[in-house]
Amino acid sequence: MTVGAFARRHRYRPLEALPWVAALAAAIVFPSYLPLGSQILATILFALSADLVLGYAGIVTLGHAAFFGTGAYTAGILAANGWGEPLTGLLAGALAAGLVGFLSGLVVLRTTGLTLLMQTLVVATLLHEAANKASSITGGDDGLQGMDVWPIFGIFRFDLFGRTAYAYCLVVLFVCWWLARRLVHSPFGRSLTGIRENIRRMHAIGAPVVHRRLVIYTISAALAGVSGALIAQTTSFVGLTSLSLDRSGTVLIMLIIGGVGQLYGAFIGVPLYMVAQDRFSEIDPVYWYFWIGLLMVVVVVFARGGVLGLFDRFRR
Amino acid sequence: MNAPALETRGLYKSFGALTVANAVDFRLERGARHALIGPNGAGKTTFVELVTGALRPNAGQIRLDGADVTHLAQAVRVKRGLVRTFQITALFRRLSILENVTLAVCERQGIAGDLFRPSGHHRAAIEEAHALLERLGLEDQALRPVSMLAYGRQRLVEIAMSLALSPKVLLLDEPAAGVPSGESGRIIEAIERLPQDIALLIIEHDMDLVFRLARRITVLVQGSVLVEGPPEAIAADPEVRRVYLGERALA
Amino acid sequence: MTDTLAAAVSILFHGTALAMVLYLISVGLSVTMGLMGFVNLAHGVFAMLGGYIVAGLMSRLGVPFVIALAAASVATALASVVVERLLYRRLYGADDLDQVLLTMGLIFMSVAGATYFCGPLTQPMHPPRWLSGEVDLGFRSFPAFRSFLILCGAALVTLLWLGLERSRVGVQIRAAVDSLRMAQSVGINTSRLFTLTFALGSGLAGLGGALGADLLAIEPTYALENLVYFLIVVAVGGLGSIRGPFVAALVIGIADTGFKYLLPELGAFFIYALTMVILLWRPRGLFGRTA
Repeated sequence: MTVGAFARRHRYRPLEALPWVAALAAAIVFPSYLPLGSQILATILFALSADLVLGYAGIVTLGHAAFFGTGAYTAGILAANGWGEPLTGLLAGALAAGLVGFLSGLVVLRTTGLTLLMQTLVVATLLHEAANKASSITGGDDGLQGMDVWPIFGIFRFDLFGRTAYAYCLVVLFVCWWLARRLVHSPFGRSLTGIRENIRRMHAIGAPVVHRRLVIYTISAALAGVSGALIAQTTSFVGLTSLSLDRSGTVLIMLIIGGVGQLYGAFIGVPLYMVAQDRFSEIDPVYWYFWIGLLMVVVVVFARGGVLGLFDRFRR
Repeated sequence: MNAPALETRGLYKSFGALTVANAVDFRLERGARHALIGPNGAGKTTFVELVTGALRPNAGQIRLDGADVTHLAQAVRVKRGLVRTFQITALFRRLSILENVTLAVCERQGIAGDLFRPSGHHRAAIEEAHALLERLGLEDQALRPVSMLAYGRQRLVEIAMSLALSPKVLLLDEPAAGVPSGESGRIIEAIERLPQDIALLIIEHDMDLVFRLARRITVLVQGSVLVEGPPEAIAADPEVRRVYLGERALA
Repeated sequence: MTDTLAAAVSILFHGTALAMVLYLISVGLSVTMGLMGFVNLAHGVFAMLGGYIVAGLMSRLGVPFVIALAAASVATALASVVVERLLYRRLYGADDLDQVLLTMGLIFMSVAGATYFCGPLTQPMHPPRWLSGEVDLGFRSFPAFRSFLILCGAALVTLLWLGLERSRVGVQIRAAVDSLRMAQSVGINTSRLFTLTFALGSGLAGLGGALGADLLAIEPTYALENLVYFLIVVAVGGLGSIRGPFVAALVIGIADTGFKYLLPELGAFFIYALTMVILLWRPRGLFGRTA
C-alpha cells in the first residue's frame, strides 16, 4: 500500500456494497424467512455497536446487553402505553440507552481489565434485577406484552409476512452503519485504535483518553439501544433475556466469529451464528451450547481473527 | 519574561519508606541542552514521570514556562508543550509508523476529537506526519508496523512522534538505550538537529553522548541533586567520580 | 432473645456461611488473576464440578460425606490441571478478550455437559445424618450443616493463610504475585507454580461448591448464574490479594443476606449498587495493590 492509498483508506470500495446486495437478495430468495432476517439485521446493529467499543476502543465488556435491553424496554413501554410511533420510539430507545451508557461509563471507564469487565457485568445485572422487580411496568418474568406499534409514517403497517419490518430494519441498519463507518475513519476513530493499542502512549501525546472512551461508550450504547428498540418493535415483545449475560456473551461470540475491529465482522458473524442457531437449536439446545462453546475455544486458540482474519491470511 | 522553560521547586515523592525524589530543585532554561545523569535507581525516570504528570508528587511545584502545572493532567501538559519519550519504546506496535506519527499530529492539530470531520483535514495530518518521517530518514518504511522495525529505528519513531507534538520542552529518556552502536549514530544526529528553541533534557547513561550533546549537566543520586554545572566541571568533580566509581567498586 | 437481636444473629450466621462459600470459591480466582493475569470466567465450573461429584458419590455410591468432599476436591484439582496445561497456558499474556471468550466457551461446554450427564434440574444435596438437624447453643439453635460449613470454612481459611505464610510454596506464590519477573530471576519455576496455584484454587473451589450446595444451588448453569458474585468478591477484595476477598466475601455475604431478609422486594439490587459504590471509592478493590 502506498502512502497515497493509505490516505484514501476511507474511500468506499465496491466490495462494501456486498452486505446490502446480499440483504436485498436474501429478502427475494427467502421470503418466508423475513422475520428471522429482521432479527438478524437488528442483531448486526447490536454487534456493530459492540464492535465500536470492543474492537476499536479495546474496552472488553460483558454487559452490552444493558444498553440493548434499555432501548428495547423504552420502545416497548412506550408502545404498550399509548405511544406506538416507531421512529420516535427508536429515538427514545437510543436516548435512554445513551444516557445509561454515559452514566455507567462515568463509573466503569475509570478502570481497566477485570475490574472494568466486572463492573459492566454488574451494571447489566443491576438493570436485569430492576426490570425483574418492576414487573408492573416491564412485565417481569413474563415479558412486556400489549405493545401496539403504529405504521411507519402512518402508511407502512407491520404486516404478518414481516416485509415492513425487514425494510425498516434494513434502512435503520444502513443509516447507523453509515454513521459508524464515518466515525471509524475519522481522526476520532483512529485515536480509538491508539487507545486500544497503548493507553499510556495516548496520554503522552496529549489525548484526553477518559473523555474519548466515554464518548465512544455513549455512542455505542445509543446504537445498541436502537437495535434493542428495533427488535422490540418488530416482534412486539420484550423479555428479560434482552438484559441477560447470555445476550452480552453471544454478541461477543458473533463478533469473534466474524472478526473484531474491522467494521464488517458483525455482518459476517451475526448471520452465520443466527442461521446456525436457528437450524441447530431446534434439534437439541444442549448440543447447540456445547458446539458453540467448542467453537469459541477453537476460534480463540487457532483462528483468532475470525472469518475476516482468515481472509487476510489467504490474501498474503 | 525570563521564566525558565521548565522548573521544579522542592519536588518530593516517596513510596512508603522509599524516597524517590527528595526536594528536587531544577531549572531547564529556554533552548537548553541539559543532561540528567546518575547511577541506576537514582530516580531519573521517576523525575520525568513526576514532571510530565504520570506520577503525582507528594509535595513541591512544577512550573512550565512560568505557569504552575503541578496539578494538571499529563495530556494537558502535553498540549502546553511538555513532551517526553520513553526509555522502553512505547509505540503502537501493530500500527504502521506513519499511523503512529499521524495520531500524534492529529492530537496536536486538535482534530483528533472530531467525529464526523471530512477526510480532507485528515489528509493534511497524514502529509505532515510523512514529512516528519522524511526528516528523520524513515519514510521508506512508513507503512511498516512498528514491530517489524529495527530497534534503533523504533527509537527514531519515538523522536518523530515527540516532534509531531511541537514540543517546547522535550524530555528524552535514554534515547539511545538498547540501540546497537551501528544505529545510534542516526539517533545522535537527529538529536543534534533538533530545533534550537526547544528546551531539551536528556536522561542518559552513555557518557560520550552526554558530553557531546549537553551544555549543562545535573547529577541525581538517590532522588537528590548531587551537583549541577557545565560538563567540564562535572567531569572533574570528585563527588561525581566517587558516586560512579563507588558503584563500580561494589559491582 | 429480642426480635431484632434474633434477626441480627440470623443474618450474621447465614451471611457468614455464604461468605465462607464465596471466599473458598473466589480466593483461587483472585490469586490466579493476580498471578497469571488470566481472566478465568470459568472458575465457577470447578465449584460446580465439586458439587456434582460429592452429590453423585453420596447418592449413587453411598460414599461418606467427608471422603466424598476430599475426593471431590482432589478430582477438581486434577481436572483443572488438565485444563490449564491444555488450554489456559496458551493464552497467558493474550488479550483480555481472548481469555474472556475462551473461558466463556468453556462455561458453555460445561453447561451442556452438566445438562447431558446430570439433567437440567438442581442437584439435590442431602447432608449426612450426623450433620442434619440443629446444634443447640442454649440461647439459640443453629442448622448443623451450615455450622459445619462455617467451622470447616474457617479451618480451611486458616490452613490456607498459614500455608501461604509459612510453607515454601506459599512464599513462592506470594513472591510471584508481587512481581513475576523478580520471582523468575530468583529461579522459581513459574510455569509449575502456575499449575500448582491453579490446582489449589480450583480444588478449594470444588470444596466450596460442595459445601455451599444449599446456598448456591448445583445446577448446569451454576457458573453463569454465580459469575457476578465471584467476580464481585474478587474485584472488591482486590486482585491477587488473599485476605482482600475474605473481607469482601464477608461484606457481600452478610449484606446480601441482610438486604434479602429486610427488603426482599429489592433482592440482590443492593449488593450490585453497593459494589459500584465501593469500587467508585476504591477502584482497585479494598486490598488491591497499585500495579
